[in-house]
Amino acid sequence: MQIIKDKQIIEDNWTHLADSDELSDGNITVSLARWKEEKTKLTNRNGSTGIRLSPSDKIENFTDNLDQISLVALEFSAFTDGRSFSHARLLRNRYGFKGEIRAIGNYMADQVFYLSRVGVNAFQLEKPKDLITALSTMNDFTVTYQS
Amino acid sequence: MYQYNNDDQTLLNERVTQFRGQTDRYLKGELDEDEFRTLRLMNGLYIQTHAPMLRVAGPYGLISSKQLRMLAHVARKYDKNYAHITTRQNIQFNWPELKNVPDILANLASVQMHAIQTSGNCLRNTTTDHLAGISIDEIEDPRPYCEIIRQWTILHPEFSYLPRKFKIAVSGSEQDRAATQLHDIGLHLIKNDTGEIGFRVLVGGGLGRTPIIGKIIRPFLEKKHLLSYLEAIVRVYNLNGRRDNKYKARIKILVKESGIEQMTKWVETEWQQIKDNMELSDDRITSIKDHFTSPAYDKNASNDSSFESNKTQNPAFATWVKHNTASHKTPGYQAVYVSLKAPNTPPGDITETQLDAIADLADQHSFGEVRTTHRQNIVLADVKKADLFDLWQKLSNLSLATANIGTVTDMICCPGLEFCALANASSISISKEINKALDDIDYIHDIGDLKINMSGCMNGCAHQSVGHIGILGVDKKGVEWYQITLGGSSENEAAIGQRLGPAVAKDKITKAITTILDVYIKQRFDDEIFLDTVHRVGVTPFKTAIY
Repeated sequence: MQIIKDKQIIEDNWTHLADSDELSDGNITVSLARWKEEKTKLTNRNGSTGIRLSPSDKIENFTDNLDQISLVALEFSAFTDGRSFSHARLLRNRYGFKGEIRAIGNYMADQVFYLSRVGVNAFQLEKPKDLITALSTMNDFTVTYQS
Repeated sequence: MYQYNNDDQTLLNERVTQFRGQTDRYLKGELDEDEFRTLRLMNGLYIQTHAPMLRVAGPYGLISSKQLRMLAHVARKYDKNYAHITTRQNIQFNWPELKNVPDILANLASVQMHAIQTSGNCLRNTTTDHLAGISIDEIEDPRPYCEIIRQWTILHPEFSYLPRKFKIAVSGSEQDRAATQLHDIGLHLIKNDTGEIGFRVLVGGGLGRTPIIGKIIRPFLEKKHLLSYLEAIVRVYNLNGRRDNKYKARIKILVKESGIEQMTKWVETEWQQIKDNMELSDDRITSIKDHFTSPAYDKNASNDSSFESNKTQNPAFATWVKHNTASHKTPGYQAVYVSLKAPNTPPGDITETQLDAIADLADQHSFGEVRTTHRQNIVLADVKKADLFDLWQKLSNLSLATANIGTVTDMICCPGLEFCALANASSISISKEINKALDDIDYIHDIGDLKINMSGCMNGCAHQSVGHIGILGVDKKGVEWYQITLGGSSENEAAIGQRLGPAVAKDKITKAITTILDVYIKQRFDDEIFLDTVHRVGVTPFKTAIY
């Protein structure tokens, strides 16, 4: 599957593991709840670990662990739910997270410009043809306020 | 007024291009209804009973004559020759076609106007006092801060998908003419004990289904912290506001449910972490203030004597001056209310001919600028007293000089069942009926200062809960009924009106209003205004007379 990362379309090398799936090697994301339960197991595997954050998760509850993870996936349940925008901003600006922040789930290509501005650098879209639209929307504005 | 620089204009042009693309994709079926709905709402476009409705932003109510002429052009070319002024100082078109909206927006962008964030669950157009910069009781002109807030809100990347809409109002005078206590955030410029001017910050006020008066979250905020404090409040709201029920999603419910102490703690904690990196520099404030300097007033304006003699010779002119003008801080000048409440027209409606004519009058008499008011009228803010007689005659010929500002026929009224998809009951036809019943201007002047606000549904676009008399249309099994409240106010002593009793039938509402006025006339002491009489005698005498 292809995604956008740092303004390029690339082949995705991550697997999003459901809470019921067995842990495996390789690059995987797990829910915040699972991370808390199986942190040691997860960090002792071969491969990188990422966390999926739902809009209702409180990010201040896991920011101590940010150096142990390489990816935070912000999981949109509805494109109208703007909490993930604040999560991205805080992860980058307040908690200094340098890894990949990826938007997944139910959001629109038309939101990619704003998401980029709050610190999201990777986009996994449900409809593959939205990748091209999403890439082009990143150039919708050459100027912005809120410098 | 604020003039766009290259970056402001580029951003606006790019927004038009973006919306044109979104509309194309929707018309081709690439965006579904839900997706396009969210995107179009954020650009002021509703789908209404008859056609789309486009709400154009009047940034804190300021409009130039050039912009007025463009609004007239849009009304002629794309609508049915009229526009409508809203209670949030915006301008609405009721009949545009969806396919034309991108072209309308391109037209508007050519005169620095837009429809960005005039609806949707985002940061809305900031409103202020329509007498800003000229009133005698002003502490400081609020408009530069409104412009700073406007720029901060436009296309805000983090706060465009809030739980619900978010409205900010700023007042700079002793008398609050911007209803700051009834906004999600109200900012009131005040002077502290050391003489420094800053903001009193209120949060969680609002109208609609659950009217609530805002609470003070910070008694004094230094100007340099304006944006960081707003950001802290909105971030706390974005993360903690309810998203499970749209009727409980406004910040007022978060404040109510968590309590102002908890809310203050959250906001102050957040603010401490961002305030040092978001300070507004003095240079920045000064550079914006430079856009709002006083116009070149005539120093000899107060030497005129024709004004007083015209008043003496022409009682109708004197009456109009008394009701439709306001004092100005500059000697020899007066502010003029252009009444959009002529007896036979829907409150707040304005034709393309009137728009063009007001543009000309603004150029001739008021430095080429006008303001829209939250009571749906227009203000020419800087008129020489010597010009008033001439201006009055011209406005009279345009049906724009009904001497009823602040009186019972200066009603605030939503579009109602006739136009709005949300409404349960008509409002414009009722306002016409009340107008007809009160066709004696002397009687209207005798009643004096009285604000009637009428909404056709619970959403309360006409702010009926803060009307001295509030009228709310409700639907009972397919029949239109009207609830009456008394004693509301949106000014310094803000209050939510008290319900009078059961709703009255459509054919009884006008009679109920005239009965209320009769009771007031009987009960009042000397020149006591309606609101004070209601406060003194309570609602019982009114209730007894109606039910």
